Amino acid sequence: MTTTSEKKKKTTDSGGKKRHYDVSFYHDWCKACGICMAFCPQEIILADKNGKPEITDPDRCVGCRFCELHCPDFAITVSERTPGRRKNDA
Amino acid sequence: MVIPAQTLRHSFLRHNKKFPHVWCPGCGNGIVMAALLRAIYRLDVSKDDIVLASGIGCSGRMPTYLDFNTLHTTHGRALTFATGVKLARPSLNVVAIMGDGDATAIGGNHFIHAARRNLNLTAIIINNSIYGMTGGQYSPTTPFGARSTTSVYGHIEHDFSIAELAVTAGASFVARATVYHAELMDRLIEQAMRKRGFAVVEVISNCHVQYGRRNKLGGAVEMIRRFKEQAVTVSRAKRMSAEELEGKITIGVLKDRELPISTEEYKKVRQRARASRGGKV
Repeated sequence: MTTTSEKKKKTTDSGGKKRHYDVSFYHDWCKACGICMAFCPQEIILADKNGKPEITDPDRCVGCRFCELHCPDFAITVSERTPGRRKNDA
Repeated sequence: MVIPAQTLRHSFLRHNKKFPHVWCPGCGNGIVMAALLRAIYRLDVSKDDIVLASGIGCSGRMPTYLDFNTLHTTHGRALTFATGVKLARPSLNVVAIMGDGDATAIGGNHFIHAARRNLNLTAIIINNSIYGMTGGQYSPTTPFGARSTTSVYGHIEHDFSIAELAVTAGASFVARATVYHAELMDRLIEQAMRKRGFAVVEVISNCHVQYGRRNKLGGAVEMIRRFKEQAVTVSRAKRMSAEELEGKITIGVLKDRELPISTEEYKKVRQRARASRGGKV
């Protein structure tokens, strides 16, 4: 179990570089309840035209996984972004 | 330990069931289901060694989506079926999933006596203060003055605390969480499943469709935000007066004690009976 302060440390301690996360929404299972949008500490999850969540600025995600833990429909996956294998992947 | 939702989806959900599930958008039952799966994932036992029993109600739908040995039983009888399974096969991990009406009204008698008997079971009780599926009638946990379809002018009866009832009835382990505290919830469920003895986890959940709407508590987001404001941990609650605790929800482990377990005591009775007959079976 990591506390908030540990998590904050974690996001920066890999050589001083910020860790990046990708959040994927499985829209087929999403019911647009709005929990992820309301509780996101960075307030980066926004509603698209159908009321379903989308992230336009994924670099600001701190990887707290609140949305993943509280999604009643198993529709959110947060994963740490791994660097691309080839240079031109980025 | 981080357990991605993807892992839970692929290893524990029944793939032949229709998803998304039947619960309303924002229903706490889905959050409880995910917490239960994370707890089971951490326990690291075979899927064949887990039995889930549920009664009737929204919570009763939960085992039908999950790929374990599951029983969807009659109203209030989740614990009786679970008792039968446990007595026949004491090695299995048996979890009964119930709602507040299911556990304390229709199955109230079964609940207190299962706690008194102290079988090695886990009971997860999702408390949303109302009968959600049948149309919003009041349940034993509907607060005084609250509105429901059967108490249109305000409820005239008083509610009781499920966790305190379980402590008094003699359960070995009693804990409480809310759906806002999802990580705490999965730790408590894991602890309850590891506990030898009757373990109860009460989860305060939101029914914004039947309860929140009639009592002007807002939608799922507003109700879950209210749980965050109302919750106080056990250690903090000890330092607070009764007036301060009014309207608060105490979360954490409320009771953890060692008591003799029914199946093991029964084994001793069998041994004593055999010994008294000169060791013959």
